[in-house]
Amino acid sequence: MKRGLPFMALSPGIVLVLAGVYGFIAYTFAISMTDSRILPSWNWVGFENYDLLFQLRAWEGSLVNLAIFATLYIGICLALGLLLAIIVDQRIRMEGAFRSIYLYPMALSFIVTGTAWKWFLDPGIGVESVVRSWGWESFSFGWIKDGDLAIYTILIAAIWQTVGFAMALFLAGLRGIDAEMLKAARVDGARGMMLYRRVVIPQLLYTAISVFVILVFNAVRTYDLIVVMTAGGPGRATWLPSVFMYQYTFTRNEMGIGAASAIVMLALILAVLAPYFWWELRGGKERR
Amino acid sequence: MPKKTLIAVLACGIGTQAAAQDNAVEVLHWWTSGGEGAALSVLKDALDEEGIAWNDMPVAGGAGTNAMTAVRSRVTAGNPPTAVQLLGYDITDWAEQDALGNLNAVAEAEDWETRIPEAIQEFSRYEGDWVAAPVNVHSTNWVWVSRPIMDEIGVTEAPASWDEFMQIAERVEEAGYMPFGYGGQPWQDAVVFDSIALGVGGQEWYQSAFVDLNPEAIDSDTMVAALERMGEIRAMVDENFSGRDWNLATAMVINNEAAFNIMGDWAKGEFLNAGLTPNEDFYCWRVPGTAEHVVFISDQFAMFDVGEERAPPQERMASLILSEEFQVAFNTVKGSVPSVMGISDAEFDACGQQGMADLAAANANGTLVGSQGLSHTNRAAVKNAFNDAISAYFNGDLSAEDAAAEMAETVAFASR
Repeated sequence: MKRGLPFMALSPGIVLVLAGVYGFIAYTFAISMTDSRILPSWNWVGFENYDLLFQLRAWEGSLVNLAIFATLYIGICLALGLLLAIIVDQRIRMEGAFRSIYLYPMALSFIVTGTAWKWFLDPGIGVESVVRSWGWESFSFGWIKDGDLAIYTILIAAIWQTVGFAMALFLAGLRGIDAEMLKAARVDGARGMMLYRRVVIPQLLYTAISVFVILVFNAVRTYDLIVVMTAGGPGRATWLPSVFMYQYTFTRNEMGIGAASAIVMLALILAVLAPYFWWELRGGKERR
Repeated sequence: MPKKTLIAVLACGIGTQAAAQDNAVEVLHWWTSGGEGAALSVLKDALDEEGIAWNDMPVAGGAGTNAMTAVRSRVTAGNPPTAVQLLGYDITDWAEQDALGNLNAVAEAEDWETRIPEAIQEFSRYEGDWVAAPVNVHSTNWVWVSRPIMDEIGVTEAPASWDEFMQIAERVEEAGYMPFGYGGQPWQDAVVFDSIALGVGGQEWYQSAFVDLNPEAIDSDTMVAALERMGEIRAMVDENFSGRDWNLATAMVINNEAAFNIMGDWAKGEFLNAGLTPNEDFYCWRVPGTAEHVVFISDQFAMFDVGEERAPPQERMASLILSEEFQVAFNTVKGSVPSVMGISDAEFDACGQQGMADLAAANANGTLVGSQGLSHTNRAAVKNAFNDAISAYFNGDLSAEDAAAEMAETVAFASR
């Protein structure tokens, strides 16, 4: 009984997760193997939807956008987050205030962030029009209206929102480093950059991996930011797979293809996570 | 004993609630703006007088994309709303899923078959059975024109041809105004393209390309010519057009910043709200090259299959939608024209009267054509295949030739 109790207490949660998460993943996978259009149907067509999916230019464009967006988003968030954490870690004055300032964007929803940035970036009312009203008439900053550059405006907003979070995790990592070790390094003559490069940053590897994994999730699931800022436009220039999934499932009545795209997104995340899990499990054994 | 009373009270409560629900209609629509809400309340009040309650399910958001998601979940759960605002082939899509009810009894009693234009019946009926009640007829081949700008450059009459139209647009530009107020969202690109394509290719080609989906008509010189004509507009819009909502594009004409806005007649509602009068403050022209035609979309209330108990109020609602009182009250506010022929145009403004006369003539001459951009020539998947390519062309992602080729390819895919 005593041993059963924790399990019993946990079981509603387990059931909910099994049904609500894994059940629906299985359901989506099943739908992706059918010819569902406007409503679910159970006509099996095998992997045909996946075949069709990869013939679509819209899907190809979404994947290219995701590659650009995810690489830059993850890279810049990691680098900038680490840099900010190191700066804040210099025992500066009003550290708490700086920490809050960087972290606050996290507290906003993507809808708020997106709306604010949409207005900032709009050439008619935002930065461009303000700078012009100061007298710099030829100033131009219309990225959000430019099909080739619009994806980078999404990037700006996404980084603004998340970089404080990366900083907070890195800062926690930095504070966790044994002070004795730093003293020892200093005694051995490590100074400034050298101290960070050789001693501190290598110890942040575990933190960096955690941040990385969370950022991968964030990148793949980015949807609301795009819907608010550009609604996927101009044209199709800022479609990501998540936008594709919604568009095809709900506005084009191609539920089978939409489900297939959702499964491909899941596979993308798993491709990143599988090595992580493997590494975690192995690490767990060693610790024991 | 107390327990029993409690149960009785509960049962009583449930009973009355169920009875109330039997005599109610649940209506899902996206007419959420002030004027539209007021127009719809005419129907609501009429039903209320007969003791039928109105459960409102407004779903905000443009052409009803969000609304469709809501309908899908309700139908899947086996509890559809009484009536859902739908456009064109979306009705057919739902009828095909066996989700819609049957209005044959009302339709026969009230002779819908002769009162409603045939081109519109095509969407109100599925395999001969009436499944939807048309609320209005919007027309998309309109240009809304700023009269003060026209006065300034000395234009008093609508241009007879597209070339003449472009010459006027150039003079507008020389006078220091923006020729076109333009909203760069895919559906708006498509609405503009509807009229231009019809003007370039004529009705037969339009039918062949957009309704019959004949690949030779789609990937053709005519399509390229139509796209290129649309491209002429691209040079005459401000750089900030992309993503702009339609009402903001219309406002550019209302504020006399831009001379023209090619948009359906819902734009007229914005002019009227701003206190402007047709012909005095603004003109409504047919898009040059389409004066003989009416490109239409018809908002309809599709009546879902709600079972026998909830059917009587549904039938009453359908009947009231086609009543003259509602048609006049609603359409004068909405900017559209009645979906029922033979209604007096006394209450309508000049543009509305022209719209009604045009519709009657087009109905008689067989020149009433459905809008491609807004679901009146084909299914959603096909429509969006066209709209994607049109939008990509207008935003400069594809050349006209590539856009026509992509249309043929993606349309074949979507209509598989």
